[in-house]
Amino acid sequence: MINYDLTTIWALIIAFAVFMYVVMDGFDLGIGILFPTFAKGQERSQAMNAIAPVWDGNETWLVLGGGGLLAAFPLAYAVILPATYPLIIAMLLGLIFRGVAFEFRWRDPRHEALWDFAFFAGSLIAAFSQGMILGAILQGIAVEGRSYAGGWLDWLSPYTLLTGAGVTVGYTLLGSTFLAMKLTGDAEAHAYRLAVRAGIATLLLMVAVSLATPLLLGRYWDRWFDWPQILFTSQVPLLTAITAFALYRAVKKKRRYRPFVLSLLLFLLGMIGLGVSIWPYVVPDSITIWDAAAPERSQSFMLVGTLVIMPIILAYTGWAYWVFRGKVADEGYH
Amino acid sequence: MELDLTALFLARLQFAFTVSFHFIFPSFSIGLASYLAVLEALWLRTKKPIYLDLFRYWLKIFAITFAMGVVSGIVMSYQFGTNWSVFSDKAGGVLGPLMAYEVLTAFFLEAGFLGVMLFGMRKVGPGLHFAATLMVAIGTLISAFWILSANSWMHTPTGYELTPDGRFVPGPSWWTIIFNPSFPYRLIHTVIASYLTTALVVGAVGAWHLLRDSTNAHARKMFSMAMWMAALVAPVQIFVGDQHGLNTHEHQPAKLMALEGHYQSYPDGAPLYLFGIPNDREQRLDYALGIPKVGSLLLEHDLNAPMAGLDTVPDEDQPPAFIIFWSFRIMVGIGFLMLGLGLWSLIARVRRRLYDWRGLHRAALIMGPSGFVAVIAGWVTTEVGRQPFTVYGLLRTADSVSPLAAPAVATSLLAFVIVYFAVFGVGTWYILRLMAQAPHAHEDEPGDSERAPLRTAGITPGPTQNPQRGGEPLPDGPEEAR
Repeated sequence: MINYDLTTIWALIIAFAVFMYVVMDGFDLGIGILFPTFAKGQERSQAMNAIAPVWDGNETWLVLGGGGLLAAFPLAYAVILPATYPLIIAMLLGLIFRGVAFEFRWRDPRHEALWDFAFFAGSLIAAFSQGMILGAILQGIAVEGRSYAGGWLDWLSPYTLLTGAGVTVGYTLLGSTFLAMKLTGDAEAHAYRLAVRAGIATLLLMVAVSLATPLLLGRYWDRWFDWPQILFTSQVPLLTAITAFALYRAVKKKRRYRPFVLSLLLFLLGMIGLGVSIWPYVVPDSITIWDAAAPERSQSFMLVGTLVIMPIILAYTGWAYWVFRGKVADEGYH
Repeated sequence: MELDLTALFLARLQFAFTVSFHFIFPSFSIGLASYLAVLEALWLRTKKPIYLDLFRYWLKIFAITFAMGVVSGIVMSYQFGTNWSVFSDKAGGVLGPLMAYEVLTAFFLEAGFLGVMLFGMRKVGPGLHFAATLMVAIGTLISAFWILSANSWMHTPTGYELTPDGRFVPGPSWWTIIFNPSFPYRLIHTVIASYLTTALVVGAVGAWHLLRDSTNAHARKMFSMAMWMAALVAPVQIFVGDQHGLNTHEHQPAKLMALEGHYQSYPDGAPLYLFGIPNDREQRLDYALGIPKVGSLLLEHDLNAPMAGLDTVPDEDQPPAFIIFWSFRIMVGIGFLMLGLGLWSLIARVRRRLYDWRGLHRAALIMGPSGFVAVIAGWVTTEVGRQPFTVYGLLRTADSVSPLAAPAVATSLLAFVIVYFAVFGVGTWYILRLMAQAPHAHEDEPGDSERAPLRTAGITPGPTQNPQRGGEPLPDGPEEAR
């Protein structure tokens, strides 16, 4: 029984790491995707400076998601990654271009346009790949014994294209509301305008994904629509609708922090929705978290460290954000 | 070795390519982070602006190196799953937690404080800024600790239990897993290697600028510091490397036999081969040139000690000797060249010619990239020497690979090769361009590009109101207090 509890805790920790990654690198990637819509030169410099001191820390959550999955659920890691091979590779290559653009752009003014494009394209490819990986997991993976048993393009389907678009557009919502907090003048006004469009598009895609997902597997349908648990599951779309409305008002009224916070809440609700569908599987209909769990000794050894270190990480990460708080306009740190 | 393009061979090629490329960056940034911490500490202690200038000069280079290390490192953390999924499933219970601890204790620390280190001097003041630099430097060392523990476990696995279906699970003691027999040697050898690599790069940049202007005080300072490092640490490294070799002799005998070219057993003293062409198929060393009995002297401390050769190891358990015979000799050869450079610098110091001995400067310049060559050669020696196993003696490489189609792996390998050469090639070019600029007084911070928005005076603490300095004016006027 103890092992079951430990495994559940680890599922929650991994979910937390994934959520942290999605929202924190989500706004970085969103800013990258929106980058070409900002005026060349000053506006783009400001947009990049808004995240230059923190992007690396944000991306580290992705390493924790991957490393944590290997450590706590090695079987899931060993099945999902080969199943989504081309997507993972595309994501990694996208992140390379995005990451080096932060430094290279300032080192080589003559090729600024090239690195601006690398920043945009890298962010877009990484975001879209991540969305498709999510879809590929939700639609199910062919497993035989302890390994992936499908072809190398099984992940490609209308559903994964839809989730790819959903995550990409969702990231632009995070990016635009984050920039609305950090920028000034024309760039700030532009960020608010983008936030309106990104918000509407995100909501539409959330609805589309939510309608498509229960049709994928019978279990998803039962999970959402069985009586009486529909009383609980129906709260998720309800809260999403309320949040979306509040977000729309906050953006229209040009509130400073509220649009970003509400966008985070929207992502949290999306994440809860995913959890409702997928629990307790990591690979739907074939591998549960208990099937995939690492030995108890591995999970407990890591849990001790995680419980001690995670609050410290959150503290100094918070401090780093605090140091670079406020509008970015007058700061010339890049 | 036959060149047959199976998914297994392509996956090995891809891992070797991506890890070798990746390893270049941390082997430089581990040493450079410590060097930056030393420079900033010296600046805070002595208040001499030259240290701050050097700090800023190398910080710009560090920023680019670190970014390339981060993005190429993420590839590694996912490649275990994409290409070595069976290995991940079988060894994940033991190795996964070590890597997770690396993320928790090292990567977050480095990334969390990097922003402040690069851009935060004016915002947090010198004291907190130094703390951030120190955290980044410590983070790089903690990272080396965990990843080398995990890597060493693959060479000398201890503290595990095997399940009936062949998975490794941790035994009762994590201490036994983490401090497996080869780990202390590999950790010390690798960290020193990275310090030496950095010292040679710093030395080469100093030498380059001394060759152009031997009065440049900044170039003198960095050259002198680098040469101290080379002179003091190169002999230590040779000693540690020897100890590491003895450890390998004990725990991975086949690797040592192959890198020594010992195909046959020597019942009364083994030679030390200086040259030869290992021929795995015929199981002999062609064109061998060796010194009799010295091999036994070095490894057993006895000229006549019997030593077993690869004839005692089944063919299917032997590593490919040609590669590691030569990669080992390249590494050792460079190690002795570093020792020579260090000694030369000591002679130059005694003769008071450190800053105007052009031959020494040229030698230091040529030796600039040699640390990277040695590090890669050493890495190849130990990793190829582990073959044909991923977990030495227990799990074969052929049984570790993901069930992927060859075209998928071929495509990704091609993409990695193109992107790495293009992106990291350009990054290296930017680093070389920065190095080509002479270090000077009032060096810019990484963010102070000439195109960046001008600093506004309003939020900048002036020299007299700096919180960390308690109202005491900083040396060299407001320029240093930014």
